[in-house]
This record gives sequence, C-alpha cells and structure tokens, in this order.
Amino acid sequence: MSTLTETPAPMRAGPAPRPWQLNRRQRTLLTIGLCLLALSAVLAGAWLIGDDGLATNLAARNQPPSLAHPFGTDWLGRDMLTRTLHGLSLSLGVGLLAAVVSAVIGAALGLLAATLGGAADAVITWVIDVFFSLPHLVLLIMIAFTVGGGTIGVIVAVALTHWTGLARIIRAEVLQLKSAHYVQLSARLGRGPLWVARHHMLPHLLPQFIVGLILLFPHAILHEAALSFIGIGLSPHLPAIGIILAEAMRYLATGSWWLALFPGLALLLAVTAFDVLGEQVRDVIEPKQSQG
Amino acid sequence: MLQVQGLQVSFTVYTQGLRQRRLTVITDLDVTVRAGEVVAIVGASGSGKSLLAHAILGILPHNAELGGSISFQGKPLTQARKEALRGRAIALIPQTVAALDPLMPVGEQVRLAALRGGVPAAGAREVVAASFARYGLAPEAARLHPFQVSGGMARRVLVSTAVVGQARLLIADEPTPGLHPEVVTETLGHLRELADGGKAVLMITHDIEAALRVADTVAVFYAGTTVEQAPARDFAGGGEALRHPYTRALWRALPSQGFVPLPGAQPAPDALPPGCLFADRCPLVTAACRVARPPARELRGGTVRCIHA
Amino acid sequence: MPEWMSFAGRKLLRLITLLVAVAIFSYTLISLSPIDPVDAYIGADMLLISPEQRAQIAARWGLDQPPLARFIAWARELAGGNFGTSLIFNRPVLEIIGERFIASLGLMATAWLVSGLLGYALGILAGARPGSLLDRAVRLYAYILASSPSFWVALLLLMAFSVGLRWTPICCASPPGLLPEEVTLAHRLHHLILPAITLSIVGVANMALHTRQKLIEVLESDYALFARAQGATTRDLVRHHGLRNVALPAITLQGASLSELFGGAVLVEQVFTYPGLGEATVQAALRSDVPLLLGIVFFSAIFVFAGNTLADLAYRLVDPRIRIGAATP
Ligand code: SF4
Repeated sequence: MSTLTETPAPMRAGPAPRPWQLNRRQRTLLTIGLCLLALSAVLAGAWLIGDDGLATNLAARNQPPSLAHPFGTDWLGRDMLTRTLHGLSLSLGVGLLAAVVSAVIGAALGLLAATLGGAADAVITWVIDVFFSLPHLVLLIMIAFTVGGGTIGVIVAVALTHWTGLARIIRAEVLQLKSAHYVQLSARLGRGPLWVARHHMLPHLLPQFIVGLILLFPHAILHEAALSFIGIGLSPHLPAIGIILAEAMRYLATGSWWLALFPGLALLLAVTAFDVLGEQVRDVIEPKQSQG
Repeated sequence: MLQVQGLQVSFTVYTQGLRQRRLTVITDLDVTVRAGEVVAIVGASGSGKSLLAHAILGILPHNAELGGSISFQGKPLTQARKEALRGRAIALIPQTVAALDPLMPVGEQVRLAALRGGVPAAGAREVVAASFARYGLAPEAARLHPFQVSGGMARRVLVSTAVVGQARLLIADEPTPGLHPEVVTETLGHLRELADGGKAVLMITHDIEAALRVADTVAVFYAGTTVEQAPARDFAGGGEALRHPYTRALWRALPSQGFVPLPGAQPAPDALPPGCLFADRCPLVTAACRVARPPARELRGGTVRCIHA
Repeated sequence: MPEWMSFAGRKLLRLITLLVAVAIFSYTLISLSPIDPVDAYIGADMLLISPEQRAQIAARWGLDQPPLARFIAWARELAGGNFGTSLIFNRPVLEIIGERFIASLGLMATAWLVSGLLGYALGILAGARPGSLLDRAVRLYAYILASSPSFWVALLLLMAFSVGLRWTPICCASPPGLLPEEVTLAHRLHHLILPAITLSIVGVANMALHTRQKLIEVLESDYALFARAQGATTRDLVRHHGLRNVALPAITLQGASLSELFGGAVLVEQVFTYPGLGEATVQAALRSDVPLLLGIVFFSAIFVFAGNTLADLAYRLVDPRIRIGAATP
C-alpha cells in the first residue's frame, strides 16, 4: 500500500501556485491599492494638467489623436484629454456626493425600519417596493424633472434612488442581529440599547455600510452620466462626461470617433475601478471560501 | 475490501482579512471493511466523520487536503481510481433526500444512478423497476418528486440509487436520522441484507444503538481519530471487553446501560491537546498520557489508541 | 377556489395597490416640485390664454380644493382612463404611449430574447468550468459591459457600423422621407438591427453572471455532490441537474430584467433617434410634458409588473414543487 498525500479532486482548482505568485491576501490588497491609485490619478491629473487645454483654439480643430493631443481635439480645438480629465473628475465628484447621500439615507432608513418596526417599517418597505416597481431610469428622470433638472436635479435624483438596496441589507442585518443569541443575552444582562448598538451592531454594520457605499459609486456615476447625456442632468456649461458624450453624438457623422471613444473609455475604467474596489474590500471583510 | 489507515483531512480556510489558516478535521482515522461485513463508524454528530465518505469517493471540496492511505481491493485508491470506481464499485447512500435533485422525479434519478453505474441504457428501466420492486416501492412512486416522498420511502429510494449500479462497497452516511422505529429497523435490515449478499457495508452514524444492531465491527471516532475498533459482541455487560475508556463511556451512556453521562466536550479541531485526545475527560488519565498521542495497537482482536488499555 | 384563480386574484390586488402607490408617489413628487400644474398643462399656449381661462382650468381641476380632494379628483380621472393630452403631440397620452410602445416593442422583444438566451448559454458555459479560459472571457465581457454606459456602447456601434462601415442606417426606425405605407419590413429590420444588438449585448452581462453564479452553487449542492459520488461527470451534472435548476432563478431574473430593459431602451433610442417609448420619455421630461411623463411612469410600472408576473407564471409551470404541490394539497 502506498502512502498518498494529494490534493483531492482538483475539479475547479486553478493552476498550481508558483513561488513568485502572491497569496490571495497580498493579491487582494494590491488590487485595492491599484484601484485607489488609479482613481486619485484622475483627480490629480485634472489638477495637474490645468485649464489651458479648455481654451478654444480654432487653429487646432477636429484633430485626431496625436502626441500633442493624445485624445484628439474637438470642433473648437479644445484638448480632449484635458476635457476628459476635468469631465471625469466632475462626474466622479457628483457621483460620489450623490452616492454618499444615498448611502446615508439607506443606512438611516434601514436602521429606522428595523428598530422602530410597525408602521415605520411598513412605510419604508412600501416605498422600497414602489421604487423597485419602476424602471430605475424612469424614476431618475421623473425625480430629476420634478426637482427642475440641473446639477441639483441630478444629485437629488441619484441620491434619492440608490438607497433602496443598502436599506434592505441594513434592515435585514439589524433584524438578524437583534435576534442573535449574544445580543439578546447582553440585553438581559442589563446592557442599554446604546451599549448594544455600539458593541454588537456597529462592528457588523459598518463593514456592510462601507462595502455598500463603494458598490453604490459605479451605479451613481453611470446614472449621473446617463442623465447628463440625455440632457436632464448637468448643464452644458459644466462639461461632465455625459455632456461630452452628448456633444460627441452630434459630431458623430463627421467621423470624429475620438470624441466619443476616449471619454467613454475613461468613464468605463473609473467605474470598473470602483466595482473592483468594492468587491475586493468585501472579500477582505467576509472572505468567500469558494475562491481558491 | 477497504482499508483506511492514518487518514487525515484538512481544509485551507480564509478568515477575516483574508488570512490563511489550515484546519484539520480528521487527524488519524483507521478502519477496515471486509466483504460480507457491516462496519460502523460511530462518532458524535457534526464531528466530521461524514468526510470519510467524501474522502473515499474523492468528492471533498477543492480546498481540502488528504493524507494517509486508502486502499480498495488491495490497491491504493488514487483520485483517478476513485473517479473510475465511484458509482460502479463504490456507492454512497446519502443521509437525506436533500441529496436528490429537487426538480427531478425520483425514478429518473435512480435510472441516472444506474446509467452512471455502468448499466447499459437499454436495460436501465428494467433495473430500476426491479430495484423498486425489491424495496417495496410502487411503480407509481417513480414519478414522485423528492418533496413528495415520506421518510421511509426516501430511505428506500436512496438505497435503490446505491444498489442499481452493482457496487461492491456501500457507504451509508447516517442512515437513520430521526426516523420512525419501524423505518430504522427496515433500513438497518437492508444494510444487513446487502452485506449478507456479499457486499461490504460501511455505515457512518452517531447512533451507537442502531450500529450495534447490524454491525460486525464498530470503530469509535473521537476528535478526528478512531480510538478503537472492536467486534460488536464486545459491547456487552458493563463493557469490560471494550478497550478504550471513551468507548466504555459511550456504552454506559446508553439508556439501556444506565444512562451514565460523560462530562465535558470533545476538543475543537483547532485546539487539540498534544497528548491523548481524550485525556481531559478520561477517568484513567496519568501524566504519561499527556506526553504523546497514543498510537493504534492491536489488542484482543481489535485496535485501540490508549496506553493503559 | 382553484389555485390559479387565487393566484390571479393576488396578482390583480397587487397590481391595483401598486398603481395606487405609484399614483400617490408621483402626485407627491409633482406637487412638491416647483412646476405649476396649470402652466405645465397649458404649456406652449401660455400666451394665448387669459387669466380668466386660467382660473377656469384651475377650478375645473379643483386646484382651489385641499390637496387630498385634488388627489382624489385626479386619481378618479386616471382610473377612468383619462391620462390627459400630451403637450408635445397635442393628442391623448394613451394614444401616444400605445403608438410608441408598438414601435419599441420589436426592439425590446428582440433584445429581451437574445440577451436572455445568450446570457443563459454563456453563464452555463462559464459556470460549468469556473476558472477556465472561457469562464474568464465571459466574466471579463460581463464586467466590462456592466460598467459601460449603454449609451456609449450605442455610440461606438453607431460609429463603427453606421458611420464607418455604412452597413446600418444612422437613425430612425425607417428611411427618412418615406411615407409610412412605403416602408417595408426589410426597411424596418434594417433600422432595428443595430439598436437591438446594442440593447442585447448590454443586457447579456447580468444574465450571464447570474447564471454562472447559480450554476456554481448548483454544482456545489448536496445533490450535485451525490451525483458525483455516483460517478457523474461535470457534463452529466450540468445536463441533468444544472440546466433545470438554474432555469428557475433565470426565469425570475429574466422577468425582472424588463425594468433594466426599459431604461436601456430610453438611452439607446436616444442615440439612434429611434421614435419609441424611450425617446418619448426623454422628450416628455425635456419639454415638460407632465401628462405624458406621468402616463409613461404608469405604463412603465405596468410593464415591469407584467414582466415579473410572467416570470412567476412560468416559474409555476416549471417548478414541480408548486405545480404538483398546488394541485395536491
Ligand atoms: S491514553 Fe490515557 S488519557 Fe488517553 S484514553 Fe488512555 S488512559 Fe485515557
């Protein structure tokens, strides 16, 4: 009989780890670092590159990408790289602001629903239900429209429509924690509700909140861009990515492909960076065992 | 037929912050099953003994690591051989109907088991019908879905899935979970009958009484190790013939034997003591017990891991 | 009472409460907004209307009444099927919605079917062998598409196929300048194809990722483990257990996807200047056509509800636990 020490059933195992490969923890932390770096690079880039490229320069109109203008220039001779960086940081800013407001609303309503129960819970659950029964974009358009459009309109619309998911998560989490054995025990031992909230609830809710918040960013940014694109969002004087793309659409027939390609690509990368960031942070907080 | 020696099963798990940890659930498990024999592995619920079945069949999750040796019909059971033999030579009788596809009629699932076990497609229907008849299942029962079958019926279906493929070794994982006494008797009867027909039966259970009703040999599982392998007839009287103090304690804890409880709990897999795993609860413990793990040794026709037995 | 009747009853009740909820919700929104309902109603005709006429309209609408009474009056009109007149088109809102919806239907139906089937197939292929090259490719595709603004994807495709290659028309649902009776089916399909492809490839991502995840869960389930113990290969597992068990959640997701689909259509129709319901939504908002916008809000709620109900219905037909469980209590 031979002695065997083997890794069983590599039905889903990846290639064998090589010595130069990082372990999962290092890989995840590295990815988080890279995403943060990329996103701050956008903000820093917009600041570093300055406003010079935004000036009209009719001598350099409609130029395809070149060394001097890596993203090309538009019909007024403005440098598209400069416009993209500024537009992107504006979009990120608006998206972040709206997402934070939304996350706070979500957390607050989720907490209220779970702790007050009864009528408050019913009303909040009802509102969430109504929100889920309408297409998200229709809801956004409707709210942005009633607020009167513009920057405020976008922020209000995005903030008011993205909290539902997080509210549900927080509500479920609090309800579960409330019924948890050790929480009930603390209550019976005479701990006040605040003590319980601080020592038992917060450590569980905070990570959920942070992950929920980060994962809100991509949606908030994409929806801000969509609203601006169809013309209900930011005004044309604030050239966010959505505005730039809407303008690009008008110059599409002229074959100026770079007007649409690069700004959209930049937006895509920023959104992806947030997505990856959220997933990885979640992975650190609650590891999925199924990932070898 | 089946020989397991020094089996070890451990898992790589990630804790918060993605730090890696290795958790060994089975540290040292020995068991031997011969044709015509029912061998029971008895251990507390949730102590990881079901992993033995998964290890023999090669279906442990991918983050598991396997050590020690398993041989089947005299040859080492490698992963490739497990994959070739499972369903054909080695079959599993699972614990509950949760092991059946909830959306598929049970007859269809028994037929699939037959096909996977090497029964030619042309004859599969007859084989299924025959095994349904043998276990007293009406032909109409084949069209029922898992959620529709009762506890007793479910047992018969599960046994059917294991026997349609003509396996030589049957592994019954917890075959009597919370069943009516008649169903328990019937299920145990099926296992005995299969062994008497020349098959080897390995029964994994927490129910020592049920095990003693059919088993020829009982292996006692404690904190990841088999502390004793004993012929079933040794479980008699005050347990004098038994070798290990834990086995004796289990025996005396049975309602029929005076219900003497054993205080304390098994050590957790990540906090095993360096010496004898039973030392903290053993009435016979001495300083020597805490030095090293007692190796398994032959004693009176069984094996035991205890230096004072 | 037969089971299907109580099912239908529950659904009907749900629809009614939903519509009431949407009415309360949108009425609250509009009344909180700075938009004056009478101004919004009069729209472009503002200068032609005397203050007396204006007061008359206000009185007819009961604007001098307390809010609750106004709401009830308004809701009664809606319940009677009177959604008012569109300011932009100067025709009944319901007529416009019907017309526009028919135009969008081909687009949405194609995209719905293609993205559902393709997403399911890709998800199964990826989930059967997680970590494989194919799996990585599908995941990369899905992640990129999920992070891309759909209007940007539409722009890129338009640039490539309509401006660059000139394979597809650059706008609209039919060649401009043709009378409606001159437009052939080929014309329509030619104009439909690129928007439909855009909407499909954007929609694939969600279904593919979801199906992949569910298949992985199924392959880790107790019954898959037991099938493996019987000697089943992965192919056998996927074929006999995976396809069916993953289909159930996929049906639910596909029903729920109408919500995303509607949003996608709004953006894609905007890029392709495709005169569908989505384009009408944008027009209504941009040009303050409150009656039309409200009409579309109601319609979209019904649309989403219909998707979920269809999925529920299909689920009941597929899942034996409900199909048989309901028949034999
Ligand atoms: S080795 Fe010592 S502690 Fe362990 S079972 Fe035997 S007597 Fe008890």
